[in-house]
Amino acid sequence: MDASLFTSMLFATVVAGTPLIIVSLGLLVNEKAGVLNLGAEGMMAMGAVAAFAVTHHSGNPWLGVLAGMGAGMAVSLIFGLLTLTLQANQVASGLALAIFGVGLSAFIGKPFESIALPAVPPIRIPFIADLPLIGEALYNQQALVYLSWAMFWAVVWFLYRSRAGLILRAVGESPASAHAIGHPVILIRYLAVLFGGAMAGIGGAFLSVFYTPMWVEGMVAGRGWIALALVVFATWRPLRVLVGAYLFGGVMITQLFIQGSGMQIDFPAQFLSSLPYWATIIVLVVISRNVNTIRLNSPMSLGKPFRAEG
Amino acid sequence: MLRLEPRAEASRLMSYLSPVLATLLTLVAGIAVFSALGKDPVEGLRLFLVSPVKDLYGVSELLLKATPLMLCAIGLAVGFRANVWNIGAEGQFMLGTVGATGVALYFQESDSSLVLPAMVLAGAAAGAAWAAVPALLKTKFNANEILVSLMLVYVAQLFVSWLVFGPWKDPDGFNFPQTAMFADHALLPILIEGTRLHAGFLMALAALVAGYAFMNRSYTGFKMRVAGEAAEAARYAGFSANRMIWIGLLTGGAAAGIAGMSEVAGPMGQLTDKVSLGYGFAAIIVAFVGRLNPFGILLASLLMALLYIGGEQVQQYMNLPSSISLVFQGLLLFFLLGSDVFIHYRLRFGRVTA
Amino acid sequence: MLDTMTQPTPTPAQTAPRLVLSNIRKVYPTVVANDNVNLEVAPGEIHAVLGENGAGKSTLMKIIYGVTRPSAGEMQWEGKTVTVESPAHARELGIGMVFQHFSLFETLTVVENVALALPGKPDLGELAQRIEEVSKRYGLPVDPRRHVHALSVGERQRVEIVRCLLQNPRLLIMDEPTSVLTPQAVRKLFETLRQLAAEGCSILYISHKLDEIKELCHSATVLRGGRVTGHCRPGEETPESMARLMIGKDLPVCEHGASHASDEVRLRLAGLSHATPDPFATDLRDIHLDVRAGEIVGIAGVSGNGQQELLRAISGEEPLAEKFPVQILGTEAGRMNPGQRRKLGMCFVPEERLGRGAVPTMSLADNAILTAAKSQHFVSGGFLAFSRARDFAQNCIQSFSVKCGGPPSPAKSLSGGNLQKFIMGREILQAPKLLVCAQPTWGVDVGAAAFIRQSIIDLRNRGCAVLVISEELDELFEICDRIAVIAKGRLSPVRPTAETSVEDIGVWMSGLWPGSDLAAQQSEQTGELAHAQA
Repeated sequence: MDASLFTSMLFATVVAGTPLIIVSLGLLVNEKAGVLNLGAEGMMAMGAVAAFAVTHHSGNPWLGVLAGMGAGMAVSLIFGLLTLTLQANQVASGLALAIFGVGLSAFIGKPFESIALPAVPPIRIPFIADLPLIGEALYNQQALVYLSWAMFWAVVWFLYRSRAGLILRAVGESPASAHAIGHPVILIRYLAVLFGGAMAGIGGAFLSVFYTPMWVEGMVAGRGWIALALVVFATWRPLRVLVGAYLFGGVMITQLFIQGSGMQIDFPAQFLSSLPYWATIIVLVVISRNVNTIRLNSPMSLGKPFRAEG
Repeated sequence: MLRLEPRAEASRLMSYLSPVLATLLTLVAGIAVFSALGKDPVEGLRLFLVSPVKDLYGVSELLLKATPLMLCAIGLAVGFRANVWNIGAEGQFMLGTVGATGVALYFQESDSSLVLPAMVLAGAAAGAAWAAVPALLKTKFNANEILVSLMLVYVAQLFVSWLVFGPWKDPDGFNFPQTAMFADHALLPILIEGTRLHAGFLMALAALVAGYAFMNRSYTGFKMRVAGEAAEAARYAGFSANRMIWIGLLTGGAAAGIAGMSEVAGPMGQLTDKVSLGYGFAAIIVAFVGRLNPFGILLASLLMALLYIGGEQVQQYMNLPSSISLVFQGLLLFFLLGSDVFIHYRLRFGRVTA
Repeated sequence: MLDTMTQPTPTPAQTAPRLVLSNIRKVYPTVVANDNVNLEVAPGEIHAVLGENGAGKSTLMKIIYGVTRPSAGEMQWEGKTVTVESPAHARELGIGMVFQHFSLFETLTVVENVALALPGKPDLGELAQRIEEVSKRYGLPVDPRRHVHALSVGERQRVEIVRCLLQNPRLLIMDEPTSVLTPQAVRKLFETLRQLAAEGCSILYISHKLDEIKELCHSATVLRGGRVTGHCRPGEETPESMARLMIGKDLPVCEHGASHASDEVRLRLAGLSHATPDPFATDLRDIHLDVRAGEIVGIAGVSGNGQQELLRAISGEEPLAEKFPVQILGTEAGRMNPGQRRKLGMCFVPEERLGRGAVPTMSLADNAILTAAKSQHFVSGGFLAFSRARDFAQNCIQSFSVKCGGPPSPAKSLSGGNLQKFIMGREILQAPKLLVCAQPTWGVDVGAAAFIRQSIIDLRNRGCAVLVISEELDELFEICDRIAVIAKGRLSPVRPTAETSVEDIGVWMSGLWPGSDLAAQQSEQTGELAHAQA
């Protein structure tokens, strides 16, 4: 592989991994509080369409990102209302959110199909962007790529260094105990759900405004579900989310490069396109095989409803 | 101040009323959506609710649309009752279309009356085989069946796309992504002359009856209910959790596969890359709104079919995207999940009751 | 550290009361949990709240601690009327509580657990030091850096107590604190509590164990059915007189009779070892035990010492890799599932009633199908004969006087005692040759407990072999013919109950029986033991 190919593949891998990092970090915090939101796909789709619409009308991609974040939060609030206030089943509510978000985004996005947005120029970080091989790939990137790194550090700090993070983890482990010693379980879970929604919305915005600046129905293409799988793969640890997201980005990019390279290998494009999905399945199998890694690392109350008696 | 107070016992009445309440709320939301879009809500509701069923042909189309939903949903319900979350019915449906199409194309020249039964079997087997992947990975490796079955939907879509763009493409089809039309003996017989309603509808009804017998009367169905209600109790009683997972997923896969068969051998008459309109996902909603109960699923599938056809109508007459029906489907499930709170809680005014 | 106003005298009633409850009432949709409850606690007083399960003790404590709010009534704290909004508010006022089912977080360390209950942002390093200070001062050894899931039940309780003490409480609520302790550990706990009381801290001590209350408490309030039925000075009462206040009649006594053990071994554990990969579980090590027809064998022990794992290995819920370690009626059954073992003639009553022994949302008739489907022929041709299940459930309800709305009532609508009677009945009516039951009377009222114990004895008298695993020593001594102890996954030798005493068994519960590894270690180096044992 020559140097320029390496650099461009690394660049593309980082870009492809970025929405996964952002969404998975949000879901990670969400799940650390004990709430399983399977609606990531729907929240991303809503974020993507809202960001696209606002960027298209305002011409400002940052307003678009804000709109995507807001849309993600808005639909995650529906999920919160159902599962936290109305005690609905988290799995069913998450599925409902996935179906609803994908449907509503398709409906809203209809008028925007076949419109292209101007590409947002990357931000070049002086000096380190000139590093050989990796400089162009890592430090001449979209702002949201840098944001994903910042969010990674922020989430690590929050979960393991801040008191609020300690409380959040405690709520995810045993809401009953947390309630008994006086922490507002439902409120904390609402905040976690909203954070998950916000991050999923930003992830969606990245897709429609930065990654491929256009809106196509179904453009999230399962990334929400892959992000959910990534959290399991990462056994609920932020660093592994980062690694896993780039691994997935690598798989996606490799198959695109093979398809695009015009290499005349006798392998149908559809099979190459299905590689990321197979990779997700394989990763799930590998990590779930050991029941104990899951049991030890997953938040103990994950998916279980909690209601304060009173 | 409004607050929720737990009921001493779950309300049976509310568990039946809740889908009705959810339907009404969806109607109200529908009026709001149409008004917000600047369309006449009365006209919108008429297109959704009345005009699809204004004549026999309309009714037959409704039953036609409900057929794959019923089949997929009853299969899913078997698994859902045991907390086996197969949400990949969409992919299993597509594999069913592939299995059935394979048989139809292979026996294109034959006029044996066994071709159709063979297509049903092939569709069921292909759907079940697709569902066997999450079952195997769940029972052997503890891999989450929700994510695995869902990933396989995307794989199935790409697989169908490869077939109709590649090896199965109709040589005389002007390069459209579709197979040749099936021969007559590979098409399901029409039930009512002049309509498209076919024998697949009878298969769906039979599946509902079989589902009732299995879930509510058989010992295995009882075991699955226990597994769904209290996994520890099932383990204590000695019911094998792995068996529940296999039965749940294989049943769902086979039923979805038959649904796929009934689409290609019914209204489509061939395999194309747009073979499913999201029936596998809509069936999840049907299963929930139907309370995982066969009779409920019958009603819920009719309601969902109405939403599908209504979506096409408003696209045609009101110039709105047909994906509006997806919005209503999602809203229906939201409202149902929300209304379900009243099964276990009642609404009270005031802070404290003495 | 603690409140400065020290009140070392054991009769501290002269001062203004620290806590006064007036006419507290708490209504749930189905029950009145507390009805016009009045209670007064003086500074430095150890005040017992005595009552059966379901008498309303826990609800009352939750009200004081701000976990739930009363429907009516007034609470006065140090002379001022207060409404406790939340546990945090209660702690601010100076009220601490040690829960029966601990409110700790398993995957967090001790110091993190403590930090979660303190206001503000305590520095963890400094906090660890304070924990060590307090634990030294009150004889509650705790290592602040360990993860809670690695701690024994006794250690966890110490963490809870230390957590409360760090907030300088002037009232400490202890909810059934001794149910997880060996008799020796109970004595240590009492020393700590007396020291606290002497320093002026009031203690509300909730229990149904009469001899403990007599030994420890200055005064007692007795609850029955949510109402106060009496006050007394436990030192001046006998356990019998307090029992009458508590249940309104004399304590029922079981008719035990002599054992008729035959030579036929119905259950044999032949070197049962089982290492679970589960990090939160206890490994079983080389367990040998025979249970013969016509006898009741009891296994005592502090919870978390392998009881759960042993039960699952015997019931088949956790099948073993090999056949021989579990032999049921002469068949090597180690690899069989619960259904196959049941076919051999074994019945099993698990410790959790709701969710394991019975499906909460299902009717009693359906719950009869759960384990009796095969033995009672409810299944024909793969389909269920629901009428037979209904008849069986009806029979069970009548023979075991289960108070309920009949076979269609859902299991979760029954009280703990009645559901336990139903589950017991369901298993016993299948005429088992071997019955294994865990915690048969846990959380059950006195009347139902006596009934259940009597039915176990009757079953033995009909020639059944019975194995009872319980954390209630008194219960085991009441019904068992022979008794053993489980500690750290090992089983002690089995002794005839008549030839041993609560004291001896209590010592064994820390793993110190003649010939045990721990006992051998102890003879070598006595000092290290405190850290190693529960």
